Amino acid sequence: MALNWTRFASPASFYPLAGTMIPWFGWGAAVLTAIGLWLGFAVAPTDFQQGEVYRIIFIHVPSAWMSMFLYVVMAFWGALLLGFNTRLSGMMAQAIAPTGALMTFVALWTGALWGRPTWGTYWAWDARMTSELILLFLYFGIIALRQAIGEPRRADRACAVLSLVGVVNIPIIYYSVKWWNTLHQGASVKATGASMETTMLAGMLVMSFAFWFYAIAVVLVRVRAIMLERERGAAWVAGLPEVNR
Amino acid sequence: MTMAATVPAVVEAASGADQDGALAGLRWAVTRDLRLAMRSRAELGVQLLFYVIVVALFPLSMTPERNLLATMGPGVLWVAALLASLLSLPRLFASDHADGTLEQIALSPYPLEALIAGKVLAHWLTTGLPVALLAPLLALQYYLDGESVAILVAGLLLGTPILSLLGAVGAALTLGLRGGGGSLLALLILPLYVPVLIFGAGAVDSVRAGLGATANLSLLGAGLALALVGTPFAAAAAVRIALD
Amino acid sequence: MLEAHDLAGRRGHAELFAGVGFRLAPGEAIVVTGPNGTGKTTLLRMLAGLSAPAAGEIRLNGKSIAPFSPELRSSVAYAGHLPALKDELTAEENLTSLVHLAGAKATEPSLRAALDAVALGRKRTLPARVLSAGQRRRIGLARLAVLRRPVWVLDEPVTALDSAGVDLLARLVHEHLDRGGVAVLATHQSLGLEPGRVQSLVLGG
Repeated sequence: MALNWTRFASPASFYPLAGTMIPWFGWGAAVLTAIGLWLGFAVAPTDFQQGEVYRIIFIHVPSAWMSMFLYVVMAFWGALLLGFNTRLSGMMAQAIAPTGALMTFVALWTGALWGRPTWGTYWAWDARMTSELILLFLYFGIIALRQAIGEPRRADRACAVLSLVGVVNIPIIYYSVKWWNTLHQGASVKATGASMETTMLAGMLVMSFAFWFYAIAVVLVRVRAIMLERERGAAWVAGLPEVNR
Repeated sequence: MTMAATVPAVVEAASGADQDGALAGLRWAVTRDLRLAMRSRAELGVQLLFYVIVVALFPLSMTPERNLLATMGPGVLWVAALLASLLSLPRLFASDHADGTLEQIALSPYPLEALIAGKVLAHWLTTGLPVALLAPLLALQYYLDGESVAILVAGLLLGTPILSLLGAVGAALTLGLRGGGGSLLALLILPLYVPVLIFGAGAVDSVRAGLGATANLSLLGAGLALALVGTPFAAAAAVRIALD
Repeated sequence: MLEAHDLAGRRGHAELFAGVGFRLAPGEAIVVTGPNGTGKTTLLRMLAGLSAPAAGEIRLNGKSIAPFSPELRSSVAYAGHLPALKDELTAEENLTSLVHLAGAKATEPSLRAALDAVALGRKRTLPARVLSAGQRRRIGLARLAVLRRPVWVLDEPVTALDSAGVDLLARLVHEHLDRGGVAVLATHQSLGLEPGRVQSLVLGG
């Protein structure tokens, strides 16, 4: 693709681009959620072991995937910031953290709600749950560090370092069910094929995309707000219609 | 009081960026920080005393039933070691930052990573190592048998350096922040330290259950290797960011 | 030897200075003045390599350099507001420690001579804690004198010095310039430097 990506590295050009992208991803998320929930709650058959309760995986698994994926993306933007020092990288990392934390929180909550009827307990200190909880605290730590450091440039770079140090936790979460024989079932969605019912799989994948689109839309909205706040002295902000209302 | 006209120059080393530079930098930091620690011996004593008291609190706060204490013991000793270390971590950079030495350290021709590694080594020698060596004595209160105590100490010897290394990153990131010292630092590094805690205490548990401790201890060793390689760079980056 | 092109400094959202530039050939010095808060310390820290300028470029011996670059770290002697001394160490130990940190090998006699030269000879075994502010500053002067770095960046070097101390500082700067070094000083005090070799930079003007 001959598109010149660096053209969008400045907040001034990324702001309108993000603005046009948001409705697409927002509506896309809404549509995919509707389809996914229909697949998950109406179409997919009852699980012979767990009954109806298992259906919570259509929210639990996508949110857990997103929690890990968003952290890696945030760490990636952090690495870009430390390597190339572009303002946008810092803003994107800042925009992702709250959504990542939310996804982690949803994954933990839905996991607890699922665990109660299935294993008899809301919480067990198994490897995956513990490392997901660690992930939540890592997000909190990054958000707290940013709050504590007033100056945006230093905050961006400090949070980038912190998120890169914590990225080591992601493989631990992902592989924890393989390394330790714990309550969580082994990974049932592998790259080569799946060992679960097709409609269940379809529902989970659709919901995953739905969560992904939602995350993109929300992060773009947030990054635009961050841009307005941080660049408020710049000429391009002063010329915006929403600012001049 | 007359002042001489000229001062004789000293011989300056060629460049601090090579391997000799790294070792020399490490040696500078370790010797200086150890000397400073020895001159403030009271502070170190207070830290160890804190560790001893925290460990003693638990049997005091519950019915000292033998099996219960033996089950809790490893976990308590590990958490207490963690808390004792957390107390001393802000001091790793705070004193140098407050008197301007940290800037000179960052501007030294020696690699900052090596200088920080030296400070971390001195920190471990004055906090983590005494805690690990004191553990057998304190484990008596928890009715742990000899083999368990040996595994406990082995784990602490592997885990406390990791804590010092991760703590250096946290201390550097929170340099000079208002609330920064205690709670924010803890919030930042505790999630990273949890696996160390799990494997360290878990090693003793598996020995008490009759399984070997090799798996847990090897994971601790791997974690230490990873921390040794990665954290000096992260901490150095964080120090430069804080000085900017 | 040391050049600055179009430097801009910022603290938070506020721009402190912009378009700052100068060129120093060996033997020249520049004195930076200006009201409080105009960014003198920020500028000097940029030249020392501690922070990156918001805009512009710094060149040492023709080569553009970034913060914390190795060339800067072995060519610049920076003296900031704080004297970088540990209270628990003696004057002599402090000097030795700082000199070793700078990568220099120093013999005990030469360091003692340095302390003698700044009139701290008899006080060299006292912990820095009990020294006066002026005496602590003079340890810093001893350090500058022995290290013989080509570039000196001094932020308010006359702070706490008495008139004898200021004379000593002036003499050290003179000798440094005579040896072909350059110096950047933020100070309001005249050090009696010959007008030919001193440039002036006023911030906030």
